[in-house]
Amino acid sequence: MSDYLTTIGLEVHAQVRTASKMFDACSTDYAGGAPNQCISVVSLGLPGALPVINQRAIELAALTGLAINCTVQLHSVFARKSYIYPDLPKGYQISQYDQPICTDGWITIEGDDGQPRRIGIERLHIEEDTGRLVHYPDGTSLIDYNRSGMPLMEIVSKPDIASPEEAKRYFQKLRQILMWIGVNSGNMEEGALRCDANVSVRPASQQAFGTKVEIKNMNSFRAVERALVYEVERQIDVLESGGSITQETRGWNEAQGITVGQRSKEFAHDYRYFAEPDLPPLIFEPAWVEARQAELPELPDVRCARFIADYALSQQDADLLTTDRAVADYFETAVDAARAIQGTPKDVANWILGEGFRLLNDSNEESTNLGTRMPVAHLINVMDLLAQGKITRTVAKQVFEASFQNGQPPDQIVAEQGLTQISDTDALATLAREVIANNPKAVDEYRRGKKTAIQFLVGQIMKATRGQANPQTARTVLEAELDTDA
Amino acid sequence: MGHPSDLYTMTISAASAALEAGDISAVELTEAVLRRIDAVEPQIQAFLTVTADHARLQAQEADTRRSQHGRLSMLDGIPLAIKDVICTHGVRTTCGSRMLDTFVPPYDATVMVRLNQAGAVLVGKTNCDEFAMGSSTENSAFQITRNPWNTDCVPGGSSGGSAAVVAAGQALGSLGSDTGGSIRQPAALCGICGLKPTYGRVSRYGLVAFGSSLDQIGPMGRTVRDLALLLSVIAGHDPLDSTSAQQAVPDYVGSLTGDIRKLRIGVPQEYFVEGIDSGVEQVTREAIAVLRDLGAEIIDVSLPHTRYALPVYYIIAPAEASANLARYDGVRYGSRAAAETMWDEIEQTRGAYFGPEVRRRIMLGTYALSAGYYDAYYKRAQQVRTLFRRDFEQVFAKVDMLATPTSPTVAFPIGQRVDDPLAMYLSDIFTMTANLAGIPGLVLPCGFCDHLPVGLQLLGRPFDEATLLRTGDAYQQTTSWHTYQPTLS
Repeated sequence: MSDYLTTIGLEVHAQVRTASKMFDACSTDYAGGAPNQCISVVSLGLPGALPVINQRAIELAALTGLAINCTVQLHSVFARKSYIYPDLPKGYQISQYDQPICTDGWITIEGDDGQPRRIGIERLHIEEDTGRLVHYPDGTSLIDYNRSGMPLMEIVSKPDIASPEEAKRYFQKLRQILMWIGVNSGNMEEGALRCDANVSVRPASQQAFGTKVEIKNMNSFRAVERALVYEVERQIDVLESGGSITQETRGWNEAQGITVGQRSKEFAHDYRYFAEPDLPPLIFEPAWVEARQAELPELPDVRCARFIADYALSQQDADLLTTDRAVADYFETAVDAARAIQGTPKDVANWILGEGFRLLNDSNEESTNLGTRMPVAHLINVMDLLAQGKITRTVAKQVFEASFQNGQPPDQIVAEQGLTQISDTDALATLAREVIANNPKAVDEYRRGKKTAIQFLVGQIMKATRGQANPQTARTVLEAELDTDA
Repeated sequence: MGHPSDLYTMTISAASAALEAGDISAVELTEAVLRRIDAVEPQIQAFLTVTADHARLQAQEADTRRSQHGRLSMLDGIPLAIKDVICTHGVRTTCGSRMLDTFVPPYDATVMVRLNQAGAVLVGKTNCDEFAMGSSTENSAFQITRNPWNTDCVPGGSSGGSAAVVAAGQALGSLGSDTGGSIRQPAALCGICGLKPTYGRVSRYGLVAFGSSLDQIGPMGRTVRDLALLLSVIAGHDPLDSTSAQQAVPDYVGSLTGDIRKLRIGVPQEYFVEGIDSGVEQVTREAIAVLRDLGAEIIDVSLPHTRYALPVYYIIAPAEASANLARYDGVRYGSRAAAETMWDEIEQTRGAYFGPEVRRRIMLGTYALSAGYYDAYYKRAQQVRTLFRRDFEQVFAKVDMLATPTSPTVAFPIGQRVDDPLAMYLSDIFTMTANLAGIPGLVLPCGFCDHLPVGLQLLGRPFDEATLLRTGDAYQQTTSWHTYQPTLS
């Protein structure tokens, strides 16, 4: 294996989140609905129908280009890509060919050596999605055109990716950015985000790239990694046994964990591209591109670095807090609010990454739900109650969870359930005496010099008060009682 | 017009004035036209669908409007026919093809929306060459349309039905479409007027596409004034057609002043070449002399790249057509062949329901766009296309318009050219440059040769239809060729 170098390029298809389709006013809101509900004269390609460019889709494509460090071309052209397939109602797809809207970008991923690696992006172009053909065992095929005409971006990387693991991280990073800037839902199950790969291997001593194979039908991050691991091994095996690689398209079979040949080069499509006569070229003023730049939010990597610098977070915490823009926004809002109660950014981060993520994970929810489950005001409320000593840390966690589950403000939960911290020495002294009387073994150990045995007795007091006892006070009172008795 | 049975011979402007004055009703006018269709359609065969009931209803509505709150427009209550490549909501639209034998559009083309808003009455959908590919209407999958001036001859094409119905009195006006001459050539061969507007002047939304960068819908009628009336209604920007121009629509009718003094009219030498019928040339030159007598200045000019028009056209139009016609797979609408597998079904549908000329052009266009041939054919043709534009730009710096013959010959006998595609293609040799350059072209009758009509073509600057119409109208104010009507038994 180590004698071979792997070269991978990814083609990512990402639907653009717009209210209407790429080339007409037809609604895009078909998810979960019946087939062929979101269709129109244009998205069905009826005779005489003509496309009209969705302005917002163009803006979002340019925004995406800027987010991945591309140049937005001031002049780009739509082209017809011809191929016959029943899910493509016009017999051609309106796409872009030799003059795409964005070119020459890059994103940074973590390389296999743990160091940042820049992966080049060849181009980003706009096109329309196809419908979906569903085949049935009895041989019939039905078509759902809901997806037909959905705005789609194709993002083509340079052959800069050196391993299946890097390919997966590139795809994950791209998804993070697309979701971060709000152009894509990130939903791979529904096909809103899809990925094909070109992969080749060559002996380490060889300069020229090996023959590339295109892999399709990888529907998850895991599938991308698995398919490429399989394919790299397959290609090396072929070369090792004296064979040569055939340029072809192979499909990933998830169930069997193998790639299967689909179409060789001789049967490759001739797409017969030509400039789309129904649409004018896209021509932008520099000011238009500047307006898109202004629309671009602070990107995850930049924000992550800022979190480390401004809030003294660890790399790991900062990474987790910037996986998702909603979480990062939540964090920063909470940090600002926490200042009033002398809460530190680290406290805020601990609450989010500890209790917040645990509860989201338990209920299998998106991290974007954090803000609705636990409004910033509620988080600050819990932190404040704890900081003021009104509740213990143990109770604070219970209150956080209760508030997360039922949406009640924490102070209300504390009041209603009587969870206020018990720091009253007299009350705790009574309890301490009971605990001492009921746990002779621990008391005995303590008195014989095993001072850590007091932890057990403190725990008994906490248990008896359902966590409300101030643990420090409980310890002091216990020590006083034990020492007095002796 | 006296007798109600003669109402079908009226021009749109005369009928409109009579409706306005209350001399006739839209119902009387429409009934006269429908009776005329009954009488002559067996000989002419110009309609693929006659919408008699629909027309009667629209005519009644027009009369109600007129009596209650006035007419919607000059076209309110006027019976018109529409070429069957223009989508009509709820009315079968076949494109002259077996492929769309049963296709009923669920929407109206933008021109239909505008005609409906203007109150026009639809009497039927007219025959044409299949998907507008042809110059004689003989490529229709359904029937052969006859030239009303001589029913042994073709009406021209591809808008042969739309030309024939106007000549034969089966509609007061019509719409055609013109990709390489398909409005102008049949207008000339049938002795009526036709206008191909500037590319982008009229919305193509709902026009079944043939050559998307060349197609344009335009009006056909008995007088240039009628064309001005029709164009006023159908012209203008359409947000549903990205290639339609934002340009304001001028007052076409108001521009018909009859005054063409000082107008500079160029006569391009390349349009009077070998192969043109001497009688056609003579009649055309006489018409140009009339324009000179009206005060225009006649100037000899040259359009040096004209001879490349035919090869360039027959690369670009089929290339675009090959993509435009890819959608006819029998899956969603139209005819479908029965076969074992999905792919066989698609292949057999396209083999069985496209006619030979359509298949020929799909193959031509597919070849021209193929890998390895694209640069030599399609790309080269697009480069040469810019030379035509430049030719016209340079000549329009010197003259206000050009006057040329429309077609090298008058109407030819049915069957004469069906087996010789190149001979058929040559009948559009003088018209296709206007499509390649995107400029407007007006055709109007200017005399006869061998008892068949000859049409004069006037080519103008982009979006200067008004000057073409003014010139054509001035010509018709001093001549009577447009008043001649064929004798049909």
